[in-house]
Amino acid sequence: MSASPGAAVPDAATPAATPADARPILDARGVTKRFGGLVAVREIDFDIPRGAIVSLIGPNGAGKTTFFNIIAGLLEPTDGAIDFMDELIVGRPVRAWAEPFFWFILPGIAVLVAAGLFAIDQGIAGVIAAVAAIGLLIASLLIAVIRPRWYISTLGRAGIFKSGRPNDIVAQGIGRTFQNIRLFANMTAMENVQVGMHSHMHATLIDAALRLKRHRTEEILSQIEAQKWLDYVGLPKRSDVVARNLPYGDQRRLEIARALATRPKLLLLDEPTAGMNPVETTQMTTLIGRIRKELGITILLIEHDMRVVMGVSDRVTVLDHGEKIAEGTPEAVRADPKVIEAYLGAPAQ
Amino acid sequence: MSGARQLTRLLDRPRAFLRLHQSLTVIISAALVLTVLPYIATWYPFNGFGVQKDWVGGFADAGVFVLLAVGLNVVVGLAGLLDLGYAAFFAIGAYTYAYGASSFTGLHIPFWIMLVIGAAVAALFGLLLGAPTLRLRGDYLAIVTLGFGEIVPVVILNADAYTRGTNGITGLAQPDLYGLLGINGFGFTNPYLYFGTVVVIVAIAFIFLQRLQDSRIGRAWVAIREDELAAASMGINTVSTKLLAFAIGATTSGLAGVFYASKLGVVSPDQFGFTVSFTVLAMVVLGGMGNIWGVAAGAFVIFEIQHQGLKQLGAFIQGLNVPVVTLGPLKIDIGSINFINYQYLLYGLALVTMMLLRPEGLFPSRRRRLELHEDTDEVAELLADEMLEP
Repeated sequence: MSASPGAAVPDAATPAATPADARPILDARGVTKRFGGLVAVREIDFDIPRGAIVSLIGPNGAGKTTFFNIIAGLLEPTDGAIDFMDELIVGRPVRAWAEPFFWFILPGIAVLVAAGLFAIDQGIAGVIAAVAAIGLLIASLLIAVIRPRWYISTLGRAGIFKSGRPNDIVAQGIGRTFQNIRLFANMTAMENVQVGMHSHMHATLIDAALRLKRHRTEEILSQIEAQKWLDYVGLPKRSDVVARNLPYGDQRRLEIARALATRPKLLLLDEPTAGMNPVETTQMTTLIGRIRKELGITILLIEHDMRVVMGVSDRVTVLDHGEKIAEGTPEAVRADPKVIEAYLGAPAQ
Repeated sequence: MSGARQLTRLLDRPRAFLRLHQSLTVIISAALVLTVLPYIATWYPFNGFGVQKDWVGGFADAGVFVLLAVGLNVVVGLAGLLDLGYAAFFAIGAYTYAYGASSFTGLHIPFWIMLVIGAAVAALFGLLLGAPTLRLRGDYLAIVTLGFGEIVPVVILNADAYTRGTNGITGLAQPDLYGLLGINGFGFTNPYLYFGTVVVIVAIAFIFLQRLQDSRIGRAWVAIREDELAAASMGINTVSTKLLAFAIGATTSGLAGVFYASKLGVVSPDQFGFTVSFTVLAMVVLGGMGNIWGVAAGAFVIFEIQHQGLKQLGAFIQGLNVPVVTLGPLKIDIGSINFINYQYLLYGLALVTMMLLRPEGLFPSRRRRLELHEDTDEVAELLADEMLEP
């Protein structure tokens, strides 16, 4: 159990990153994704230093969003692996064949007990043990489909690894926004942000049904925290407005508030300024800068607007046709002939 | 005009109070239903249709369907999972009671304990059905749940060594209060006790479901309905959340099944066919998906129309003495129409009319209304706000 929701309100959030911390927060090695014959992403090595703002750019169809979705756990890579905070989060399954054995350990023990009891006498104890065996088998299989965190870590200790699902990745500390806004359109702004806090709230079914103290305090604290995030992104008076009724720019901000509410250490922003006018774009760029500086959150940005990219990034990576063609400071990338070629075409011979 | 405004202002405070104390609202409403409904049944048009006792017996049955509808509302209205096999859990609850409290197995577990056991067994089956359907959405999910809804009665029908097949299991025990309040066995002749029991069960289910709806779990359900991918990307375990919705819906249905079996004293597979699933779904849709009060009201209204309204409509039209019209070989005798035979035709018509005129149901939730009427006043309100605050 982590601390109560109140403990991580924006102003008390993660301390700003120290430059001495040299290990990258995210480290992708040889990530490849094939869709049938099409190679969307080819053997990309990519890392994000702690506390940096890294941009991923490239022409349309270069594989940026595919790469993004692999990090976020929406797509499984064909090859390669991604470490986050020195822990493997996405990659090829390791020893996945061994997982089903775990499901049968407890039921197996129950079956043996039942058989033993039946051998002694044909009494009711054997029947109970047999029923328990079936119950345990059902429970094991349900746990296997639900994949709670303790189950994953137990498997991990046995050397079994499977890529995390999106919710596992979020729980590890990677929050994201979407290129085409995907808010919960019929929920209020406040509720949207509260949904973002879901994995940091711990009230169970029973807490909620009986209105126990844990549920009540959590609800109040989550409302306070949600309001703080709304204030932070600049929507202080919009908490009761249904998301679909918000203006476009505000919807983008709300998506960021919702992602921040997951308390990420790394924030993935997929074209946060798409479709915005210059004023809104400037405000968004400022907001992105503030998130890094004030909250110490590392940011990976996909963006087409070069003013945003050049203005805010520490490092830029350029993808073209699924391959990394350049990487470096914004100035270096801007001058790279390969990048110019990718965007404008090769000069005539 | 100003008088009306004054009245609404006067009502504002009690309304805010009731919103704040939802459980109290439920208890007050339950008490009102308990006292007022049997009384209304003695009023003018209603007393002509039957004596109070018959009405109250009907209300108790209506309570079963209210319970079913609020349970299905969690699955369909909140989590957005279209479940066409909901009657299966109803059957499982009823048969659990039949096994636990009849001479068929020789067990005689008290009704009140069986309520819990029946709900738990139904919840288990809810999880078992939920698990294989997790990857499915929309139409595909509907087909699989439809299959489950068909399998359960067919299995009951054919496993006659364990269920007595078509004959069903008879001689189920009645609820018993063991002398508390001077009441022993409920018997078959006193519908008031059943009515009271079902109102209490519905009220408890109501309170729990309402509280769940307002918790992080309820928000997660709605988030999954709105956008499953985004919900997963916000840290919601969609698997466990959907399973929970199935289990909660099944639990409520199981409660209804246990009560229904105890009231009837008989269970047989034909009571749990597709028509039950369909009727409950129609109740949820017509009442106003997502709004527990609307769904309950919808279920009550539809049940009463089905079981009293159509019967009385026939009697009423017979009373008009419409002459028999003969058109060649065609003989039209409106007076002899048995409207109960046409109930699904009338359902169909009502559904089509509703979907065209008021797709959000009779008493919609705020969200549903917004979803289906995008261009309504909320935007105007927002603009007005903006104009007021510089």
